[in-house]
Amino acid sequence: MQTDQQTRATVWPDQIYDVLKDAGVTQVAYVPDAGHAKLINRCHADKSMRAVSLTTEEEGVAMLAGAWMGGAKGVLLMQSSGVGNCINMLSLFEECRLPLLMIVTMRGVWGEFNPWQVPMGGSTAAALENAGVIVHSVDRAEDVKETVHACTALAFNTQRPVAVLIQQRVIGFKNWNK
Amino acid sequence: MKKTSKPSRLDRRKVVAALLAGRGDALVVTGLGSPTYDTYAAGDHDLNFYLWGAMGGAAMAGLGLALAQPKRRVLVITGDGEMLMGIGSLATIACEAPKNLSIAVIDNGHYGETGMQRAHTARGVDLTGIAKAAGFKSAATIDSMVALQRWLPEFHGKTGPVFADIKVSAEPAPMRLPLRDGTAIKHRFRTALLGSKALE
Repeated sequence: MQTDQQTRATVWPDQIYDVLKDAGVTQVAYVPDAGHAKLINRCHADKSMRAVSLTTEEEGVAMLAGAWMGGAKGVLLMQSSGVGNCINMLSLFEECRLPLLMIVTMRGVWGEFNPWQVPMGGSTAAALENAGVIVHSVDRAEDVKETVHACTALAFNTQRPVAVLIQQRVIGFKNWNK
Repeated sequence: MKKTSKPSRLDRRKVVAALLAGRGDALVVTGLGSPTYDTYAAGDHDLNFYLWGAMGGAAMAGLGLALAQPKRRVLVITGDGEMLMGIGSLATIACEAPKNLSIAVIDNGHYGETGMQRAHTARGVDLTGIAKAAGFKSAATIDSMVALQRWLPEFHGKTGPVFADIKVSAEPAPMRLPLRDGTAIKHRFRTALLGSKALE
């Protein structure tokens, strides 16, 4: 039987999917990340959503600018290592006052095994804020739904770029021995 | 390194004017620098999304727009340096295979905004070959007005994604500068496309 903690750990990707669905998100741009694997699968399975795998995260930033110009809402999914790839492209959103919802799964900050993840993980929030993105961080699974919902509203109602950082504590330890 | 081919004599302004003469209700995204100016010089239009920055993003902005508006043709007009910076987007677009997206690269082989340094396209890199290898079924290199005229029906109507690398002269064109305030460009474009919903 699952403990409450395990249940919470497995339902948050479904909760994000529900929030995106309710908000009318139809374009899901992503660079794969283990933390987002379940959500990516749900988006691919949904015929009303178009899930687009990218070669680099900045492609998704540009794509979602085009989506909004065309009247569609999108979301960009990535891990923290991809945030640095987005910086100049984010200028589109500040200059044109476009909405952007980014959901970033963190690496390199809590229980990390791979030291190469630490530099970008440590500067993710500051890099986004310096690029004009409003940043909210979640470090408990039970807060994911409310935070993503609030950030979705903030992004699309006020036409601004907003990022939710899903902290590594929510995602759990990566098993390097399997 | 492959041999550099003979420089094209095509006038970029004539090329872009020809590309847009039959635009109909198409939505147009322009890559920063000369392609933005060329598009404006061909006739300002509410449905032009002029990029003045975001280098490397024109084709992907076109993809997002094409997916959002599947019944409208989306035309991306960009430069060779801009396309090279977003070269991975050709792979992404080929995989997504949007039927209504066409990309025309106005290829002068140089970085015109920054002092005319040579781009990889002037050193043997073949954008059409890259597009084909990525999976574009329609990809052509164009180096004459006759070939351009023959290709235009593909640009406007063939099942996409459609790609062409159009070799033009490196001769600079007279400065023609469109609207550059991003929010103004956004509101104008979205209002023309979406009507009152644009401001909801």
